[in-house]
Amino acid sequence: MSGQSGKISIRNACKVYDPEGVNVCAVDDCSLEIAAGEFCMVVGPSGCGKTTLLNAIAGFHGITSGEIYLDNELLCSSDYTAPPGADRIVVFQNGALFPWYTVLQNVTFGPMVQGVMSEGQAKKAALDLLGELGLRDIADSYPGELSSGMKRRVEIARALVNDPKVLLLDEPFRAMDALTKGVVHEFLLRVYDRMKKTIFFITHDLEEAIFLGSRVVIMTTRPCKVKRVIEVDIPRPRDFHARASERYRQLSSQVVNVVHEEARKAFEAGERELA
Amino acid sequence: MATITPPPNTPLTQPLPGDVGLWARLWFRLRYNFTNPESVKNLLLGTAGIVLFVLAWYATTELFKLPRFEKLPGPLAVWQEFTSTDPDFGTSLFTPQYYMHIWWSILRILAAFGLATALGVPLGLFMGWSKAFKDYTFPILELLRPIPVLAWVPLAILMWSGREAPIIFLAFLASFFATVLNTLLGVESIDESFFRAARCLGAKPHHIFFKVVIPGALPFIFTGLQIGMGVAWFSLVAAEMLSGEYGLGYLIWDSYVLSQYSVIVIAMGTLGLVGYLCSAAIRLVGRQLMRGTTRGTV
Amino acid sequence: MPEQGNLRWSKVRRKLFNRSVWRGALAITLGLALWELGRAVKLPLLAAMPAPTEIFGVMLKLVGQASFWGNWVASYQRVLVGFLAAQIVGIPLGLAMAVSRSFYGLTFSTFEIVRPIPPLAWVPLSIIFWPTTESSIAFVIFLGAFFTVVINVLGGARNIDVRYVRSAISLGSRPRDLFFKIVLPATLPSIFTGMAVGMGITWEVVVAAEMIAGKSGLGYLTWSSYVGGNYPQIVVGMMSIGIAGYLSSWAIRLLGKLTMPWLRIF
Repeated sequence: MSGQSGKISIRNACKVYDPEGVNVCAVDDCSLEIAAGEFCMVVGPSGCGKTTLLNAIAGFHGITSGEIYLDNELLCSSDYTAPPGADRIVVFQNGALFPWYTVLQNVTFGPMVQGVMSEGQAKKAALDLLGELGLRDIADSYPGELSSGMKRRVEIARALVNDPKVLLLDEPFRAMDALTKGVVHEFLLRVYDRMKKTIFFITHDLEEAIFLGSRVVIMTTRPCKVKRVIEVDIPRPRDFHARASERYRQLSSQVVNVVHEEARKAFEAGERELA
Repeated sequence: MATITPPPNTPLTQPLPGDVGLWARLWFRLRYNFTNPESVKNLLLGTAGIVLFVLAWYATTELFKLPRFEKLPGPLAVWQEFTSTDPDFGTSLFTPQYYMHIWWSILRILAAFGLATALGVPLGLFMGWSKAFKDYTFPILELLRPIPVLAWVPLAILMWSGREAPIIFLAFLASFFATVLNTLLGVESIDESFFRAARCLGAKPHHIFFKVVIPGALPFIFTGLQIGMGVAWFSLVAAEMLSGEYGLGYLIWDSYVLSQYSVIVIAMGTLGLVGYLCSAAIRLVGRQLMRGTTRGTV
Repeated sequence: MPEQGNLRWSKVRRKLFNRSVWRGALAITLGLALWELGRAVKLPLLAAMPAPTEIFGVMLKLVGQASFWGNWVASYQRVLVGFLAAQIVGIPLGLAMAVSRSFYGLTFSTFEIVRPIPPLAWVPLSIIFWPTTESSIAFVIFLGAFFTVVINVLGGARNIDVRYVRSAISLGSRPRDLFFKIVLPATLPSIFTGMAVGMGITWEVVVAAEMIAGKSGLGYLTWSSYVGGNYPQIVVGMMSIGIAGYLSSWAIRLLGKLTMPWLRIF
């Protein structure tokens, strides 16, 4: 059962880049424990190093010191980086649906290249999942014909069909307008309610963080460290009415106060906005 | 008031109902072109422009016989020669020699272009795939590329024996460089996220090569192929003029030497048409292969 | 400032110890060595070609002769004349076609019909028409670069983001301002791309023309070396043409950098 696995432990992780002979410390002594099946939101000013952390968990690059564990298996340390795999799948900011494959071909991509299912099995699993998620009708469309909201949902489906332990989301809804975002939020909440996967979600949208997450982890500006962790105890299942509740407003003002200080520091330090 | 014209919004770039076939698409486009007032006006202007051009050509060469223009062949002479069943200079629509020259040129182009694509695309793909391989091969390529293809003529004649091989080699060279470069550019233009997403989903290197690199680079590859086709023709004509014995380039030069001026224009026109058709064929194949990515807006 | 100096030195050091650079140098050295050996062992293709050492020797000899550099000057002269003519006629024409819908409609169809004809196919007609050899060569060069320039300028001007035009109009621009302050600068990158590609075509045509009908220039040098049996000189000729062409492209890139300080590609 997916609730039992997917525990992430980040212990004293540090990451130092060396772009042009100038040392840049992106992550400095960051420690964080994420329980199995938890919906963890990571919030912080742009450029503070959150994506670096996500990339390390995903296996795209390593860390200079410290350790990262997934279910007590070593993911990342100063001399070892587990290669990217289907146990922790990333959904990217600008979307990475393959434009040359249809929706169905995209979703069956994972199981088929891993060799865990035959083509027939993969197609069936994909169509079933798409049906559950309300995306059955677009199975034969190409991503170029879809709206951004649909594309992101398909990308989440593509990840889910592989039954990953962890879902890593790097500001996936950043480029969407608020109305579309609202719809996709509800979609993600429904998915979480059904499948209870561990979710590591990076965002700079505070409303989104409180609405979606069970915990909000607030990071400092670069180098990134955990500043505060705020538990979001709004009961599940949530819908858009939760945004009007008293508890939501209280949490909102709590988070804003903490983040604003960091945001000001980042602004004054002249962090370039991520494009 | 100056207006900047936005790119024409042809129906081929708009999503069509379902998976409409090629002929249906052509029909939609034709119908659009003839019923839409804007494009009808363009069509009329275009025809008017061509008519004006031909009139000017006629006026300067045959009507008013202007000083230097009078030596050039005029449209009437060319048309007469082209359409007569018993032409003065032996080359018209109805003579087998005409088609033989076209055939020779096309054969050579196919050989050169085919070879260049067969060698160039894999090379470019591999250079984009492996940095080490690119490090070893790219400098050599960049050293050879600035040398104009036609500067190779003497060396080509030395290297290859026979008459055909040097000609095909020259056309091959031109096409090869364009193909390799564009393929390489295509691979390098693929967004990093696609590679990462594939790795997350469990793809092994050979999966990534065939399912991400090749489809992702396809648009650039086809641009490169069109360019390659164009430069292949360019080099072929020059090579044929210098040392051929059949072919359209040879026909041009030979007609000049024999003072059969109207045939020059016939050959030039044929060259233009055949070259255009070749590029159009590549565009068509490309569009079919990349139906997914070109449908709808990016 | 010592800080600046350190940074620059570390950049240079990075370049020197860069693995890619060493690999490239190794590949070229290996290639030359194989070429030299291939000749000695009489491999099929390589046997007919002159050896690198011979070529180097001839090159050293030629570099001291004035006539060699005279060929450079002759080629550059032809390139400049034809290329500049193509820019002077082509750039305004391309801009006019982009700006005026009716002008575009009238001219584009003829343009597109004539464009696929390879420039060298025009050589005979050019010789018939123009009085001197030089002018006929210049005309063919002009044609080669002309079509490229117009196509690139057209593409660039027509693809200017309509929002730039609209902001300018709402800020009170007149048509004249619009053209000189928006359209022209926005089209400059395409103009320079057209120039870069056009320069390549120009050199191709110059070399061909010099081989067919010239009496001076680097193309003529290459061809006459072949005819005269001086095979190493052929390669020296080829190398010179390559270097000459590269220098012209570099000059264009430099010009681009100077006129377009806001871009970072050039």
